[in-house]
Amino acid sequence: MPDPERPEPAGYDPVGPRPKEAVSPTGQGGPMDLALDEAESVEGIEKTAGPGAGGPRERPRSLWSDAWHQLRRNPVFVISAALILFLVVISIWPQLIASGDPLQCDLAKSQQGSAPGHPFGYDTQGCDVYTRTVYGARASITVGVCATLGAALLGSALGGLAGFFGGWGDSLLSRVADIFFGIPVVLGGLVFLSVVTSTTVWPVVGFIVLLGWPQIARIARGSVITAKQNDYVQAARALGAGNARMLLRHVAPNAVAPVIVVATIALGTYIALEATLSFLGVGLRPPTVSWGIDISNAASQIRNAPHMLLWPAGALSITVLAFIMLGDAVRDALDPKLR
Amino acid sequence: MGRYVIRRLLQMIPVFIGSTFLIFFMVYALGDPVAALFGDKAPDPATAARIRKDLYLDQPLWKQYLHYMGAIFQGDFGTAFNGQSVTELMAGAFPVTLRLTLVAIFFEIVIGITLGVISGLRRGRTVDTSVLVLTLVVISVPTFVTGYLLQYLFGVKWGWVRPTVSPDAPLNELILPGIVLALVSLAYVTRLSRTSIAENVKADYVRTATAKGLPRSRVVTRHLLRNSLIPVVTFIGTDIGALMGGAIVTERIFNIHGVGYQLYQGILRNNSPTVVGFVTILVIVFLLANLLVDLLYAVLDPRIRYA
Repeated sequence: MPDPERPEPAGYDPVGPRPKEAVSPTGQGGPMDLALDEAESVEGIEKTAGPGAGGPRERPRSLWSDAWHQLRRNPVFVISAALILFLVVISIWPQLIASGDPLQCDLAKSQQGSAPGHPFGYDTQGCDVYTRTVYGARASITVGVCATLGAALLGSALGGLAGFFGGWGDSLLSRVADIFFGIPVVLGGLVFLSVVTSTTVWPVVGFIVLLGWPQIARIARGSVITAKQNDYVQAARALGAGNARMLLRHVAPNAVAPVIVVATIALGTYIALEATLSFLGVGLRPPTVSWGIDISNAASQIRNAPHMLLWPAGALSITVLAFIMLGDAVRDALDPKLR
Repeated sequence: MGRYVIRRLLQMIPVFIGSTFLIFFMVYALGDPVAALFGDKAPDPATAARIRKDLYLDQPLWKQYLHYMGAIFQGDFGTAFNGQSVTELMAGAFPVTLRLTLVAIFFEIVIGITLGVISGLRRGRTVDTSVLVLTLVVISVPTFVTGYLLQYLFGVKWGWVRPTVSPDAPLNELILPGIVLALVSLAYVTRLSRTSIAENVKADYVRTATAKGLPRSRVVTRHLLRNSLIPVVTFIGTDIGALMGGAIVTERIFNIHGVGYQLYQGILRNNSPTVVGFVTILVIVFLLANLLVDLLYAVLDPRIRYA
């Protein structure tokens, strides 16, 4: 039963801080709901006079080509996209910039500082920190991308259908989403992943999808509800279009933008979440090379060898920052109200 | 208003049952508490069966859940496997975490709103841009990194504060952990109040106040701030629940013996009654905080009425 007093989470409107949305029952802390707040709220009005706001346009452009034009000129987007491209490349081919083997270690060099050919020094096991930092990108990017894809697909499918058809399915979905929001993310991760023994990335991905989809579903539902009330959807219905056609051809293209924005920002926070879980010892496990594991191992030795912690931590922070900035830029570009 | 509260309370019931059952399921069905009791040794089957019977673990899961919930509502949270009752653990842990949360909220309010007001009033200037960039950076650096970094710098290198917190957790030792816990939310409070201020600064009532000759400080504090803080206050309200559950990492770094510490230990040792009991309380806190925020919202903004 969607209660009437609560303003419908309608539409995507990041211009105003709509407190009700920004704080509505999101999960208990943890990075994921922050992504939602971030995506939905704050910031933004400053760019009212974005490129092309003043001058006349030659011909009408679609939202997407317009957004692309704006994005290309946004330095934040260019920098973060370049960074992400770089990260993706080294997560696929880490050999390009790191010649060593991350699992080949020499205990005699334990905790030594930087040496020629080993700019970041060695960790407690005598492994080369630079090589491990480079190889650590793969785990983080894999988890981030897969978890985001999974959560976005599942969330937008369920949320979109619930928003489009309404009815009892809609109420059920909202309640189920509430239940998932009630579980603290890190806590759920600890409980759920502590019984898993697999050393691959998939349990972590699965868990993030499991707790991540309700957020996306909520956004998708709201934006589909707004889109389906448009005149062109009614026109399509009047012309005899079926539900599938209306949903896929008319509603979805006009409702997908907020989902993309939330998903991009969530990607950054999922990476941070994976690192937090690995840090707590339940996320990825050795021999997987992961920034979270390395930071966790280095943490107890921070007084003797801070370099072991700083390099992977820096890499992790820059990666998360890149994705959050990308999401920020994409949001500014995709919201026509800001232009 | 009364009817609204009652309806909200009723709506909480399925969410409460769902969340606690999910956690209950994860703890009791995915893990094996009895095997965990024996550590690395394989339990003697007869003993294991006896313990299962004593702990009600030989029943189907839904019966266990009902039994457990029934006990909880009589105030019996069960016994942790080390023999201490879970309520005893809670009595030790919750005050500590509550103190930590209050310290965190204090910093969120003071620093977050101040920064937000400053940057909101100077929208587009250097101060504003640098605050925005700073908040983005703060959001991007995970808590466990900032935690260890600040602990190392302030506690070890410069020796300004004690790097770890003693078991009593007095307020002055909780300042650094409080800041670490608050940082990410602090960044959000900053951004939220900045947007809110920047938007309201153009509102008619601000112009009226300025036009009738009020000093700028009064316009900002009495007129602008009061209207702009509504979303911020509600955000902070929900954050109380979030911070209490999210303190696992911070408490681990600074060795604080609060809720997060007990939960972490409970999960590592597969200490099911501890985990489920603490989570149940956290879920209740979270749901109540949400309700309070919604009610508070109506108090702060008289335009909103709950039937």
